[in-house]
Amino acid sequence: MSTTYEANPRVRLPQRPGDAANLLIRGARILDPAAGIDREGDLVIRDGVIGGDPVGLEVVDGTGLTVVPGLVDVHVHLRTPGKEYAEDIATGTASAAAGGVVTVLAMPNTQPPTDNPSILGSLLERAAREAVVPTGFIPAITVGQQGEALTEHGDMAEAGAAALSDDGVPVDSALVMRRALQYQRATGLLFTLHEEDMSLSGPGVMHEGVVSARIGLAGIPGVSEAVQVARDCSLAAYEDGRIHICHVSSRETVEEIRLAKARGVKVTAEVTPHHLLLTEQAVSDDPDPAKFKMNPPLRADEDRKALIEALVDGTIDCIATDHAPHPADEKENPFAAAPFGVIGLETSFAACHTELVMGGHMDLTDLILRMSTNPARIFGLPVPTLADGAPANLAVVDLAATDRVGDRPYASKSTNTAFVGMELTGRVVMTLAGGQDVYRRDA
Amino acid sequence: MSTHRSLIRIGDLGAEDVERVLATAGRFGEVMERDIKKVPTLRGRTVINLFLEPSTRTSTSFELAAKRLSADVVSIKGAGTSMDKGETLKDTILTLETYDPDVFVVRHPQVGACDVVVRYTDASVINAGDGTGEHPTQALLDLYTVQREIGAIEGLHVAFVGDVLHSRVARSGIAAFRMMGAKVSVVAPPTLVPRHLAEALGTEVSADIRDIAHADVVYVLRMQLERMGTGGFVPSLDEYARMYQVNHDRLRSGQRVMHAGPVNRGVEISGPVVDDPSTLIEAQAGNGLVVRMAVLYDVLTEEKTQAPSMRGATLEAA
Repeated sequence: MSTTYEANPRVRLPQRPGDAANLLIRGARILDPAAGIDREGDLVIRDGVIGGDPVGLEVVDGTGLTVVPGLVDVHVHLRTPGKEYAEDIATGTASAAAGGVVTVLAMPNTQPPTDNPSILGSLLERAAREAVVPTGFIPAITVGQQGEALTEHGDMAEAGAAALSDDGVPVDSALVMRRALQYQRATGLLFTLHEEDMSLSGPGVMHEGVVSARIGLAGIPGVSEAVQVARDCSLAAYEDGRIHICHVSSRETVEEIRLAKARGVKVTAEVTPHHLLLTEQAVSDDPDPAKFKMNPPLRADEDRKALIEALVDGTIDCIATDHAPHPADEKENPFAAAPFGVIGLETSFAACHTELVMGGHMDLTDLILRMSTNPARIFGLPVPTLADGAPANLAVVDLAATDRVGDRPYASKSTNTAFVGMELTGRVVMTLAGGQDVYRRDA
Repeated sequence: MSTHRSLIRIGDLGAEDVERVLATAGRFGEVMERDIKKVPTLRGRTVINLFLEPSTRTSTSFELAAKRLSADVVSIKGAGTSMDKGETLKDTILTLETYDPDVFVVRHPQVGACDVVVRYTDASVINAGDGTGEHPTQALLDLYTVQREIGAIEGLHVAFVGDVLHSRVARSGIAAFRMMGAKVSVVAPPTLVPRHLAEALGTEVSADIRDIAHADVVYVLRMQLERMGTGGFVPSLDEYARMYQVNHDRLRSGQRVMHAGPVNRGVEISGPVVDDPSTLIEAQAGNGLVVRMAVLYDVLTEEKTQAPSMRGATLEAA
């Protein structure tokens, strides 16, 4: 990331009250690329803060384990308000903790949409009672996510919004997007954009490719995403605005972002673990394909490879899960009628470690930069670090341990993971978030 | 999960399976020429026809096929079902499953509906058309028709003309003709061809109607106006007819024309071609009955290789 990012001093990341962690992790590898730390030894956490006197603390045996800065997931759906049957703040953030995630940002496509300061305020209050890890909120760019009138961006910035997004749907109108980018100069809030040209996506439910041609499901072409990204990069350049592209899925989009970055557009981008590991092929190979239905869709293997390459070379800056819980009842429909979305918080580290690190694309340091440091910097959030004096926001991982997804119960209320049945290596055994001891894996 | 053989996509069958079904259909065809057209083959078996999308020939032929085989048959059609009251497909199947059916024949507006059905029933499931997905029994009756009316399928050149994008008939048909050794090409407006069709189904694709000249069989696809919405796939039906209609000016003698029906006369096919006795259109409709009898018989008698043989059946009278 060549651009320098400023912290957002107004962002609020409430967490439920809890005891400050006090423990000594003994004999682990301590790795923090942001602070330039990579050593074997002990790590002290006293009163929820890294460092200090090790005497009298609970000792955790860190043999064979690695301590890394906790992950920051800038794209999750906590389904509150309105769809608490699928997820709520407590369960969604418990799911985060179980995945080594120490900060989440929740998207606004709730019922009603999070599109005004009072809903935002009530969510922040609830998070202060229920959130297991520090939790921020991303209100809507437009009223009701209808793409017409801007929400009160200034008031929501003041109230502590982390960014703005109409995630779930694009901002259709170029004029509205332009106005939002102009107004950004007054609020400083980042736009994190779900990019899709709905006229091109049409009735599509999966990637437009060889598989959709063979099985007859309506396709969403890769260019549906790319043309909208090209439009918004052009607008951002014109208005000197800053945008972040959600869940990049196609090689055409990668190319647009690469070109935009090369000409100095202030654009960053994220990719999901499922787009890095899976392809359209899953939809035709599985007797229950609805678990592979999400938007943007799983694309061709060439797209998947382009995403990995872009993540390695920095065209794509970070990884975010797009954790999207849905109850089993809704996923049991024919593919076209099933909802879009998969959960991802509890598997993101293992999935990315397996594919990217064990697959030889990057080392653990690079992965931590993309799952923790970079997303925090892009959104102006506190960067998790293991430096002395920092609040404890860390994950303890066993890089050699393998789990089969689905063998253990989920902390999330929903079970709609696309990785079910896969063997993933890289187990989160402990998470400290906001100075609290929020997750320990039992045996 | 059904432990029985199902027919959801044409790819569920291999060439040998297809040969077997077509041979069975031939034997049922002989029975249908007798005075008493009913055989006791599936006596005591229950067939549920669940048609949640409009259908005339497929639903009629499946119902009659089950009756000719002496099965107990119940036909449920779209409007007036409990799904109108918000019941999910899963719950509808679980309810009907309590009557212990042997076969579900399912037509549904959504691709992959049969994959849902098969998860919640012990019965065999036959796909009678799932949205823009597949229509495997149509493909089988098309093969049967060509085999009877023309002869060997291997080496034949079949050109599919028209709206491939929305056509389950084409999707199953292209795969079926290729599986049996035919050469298949597609002639269509580029807006009505899936982008990766050539790679997905192994066909040549052309936008020029003159390319039907080399085909032995010209398979005309219905313009599926009901699935097109506001897409603007072609500028007008008149222009479509001028550029792509299969009519006598574009056919050479000896070419045989097929259409799964219902036809839009004057759109994808000219009235005189529909009425031309050399076309196979009527034979296709007629052969639906014996082919569907053969499919019902086949799924009930050919157990899945690894599943325990729970029920036996013999081709008693055929």
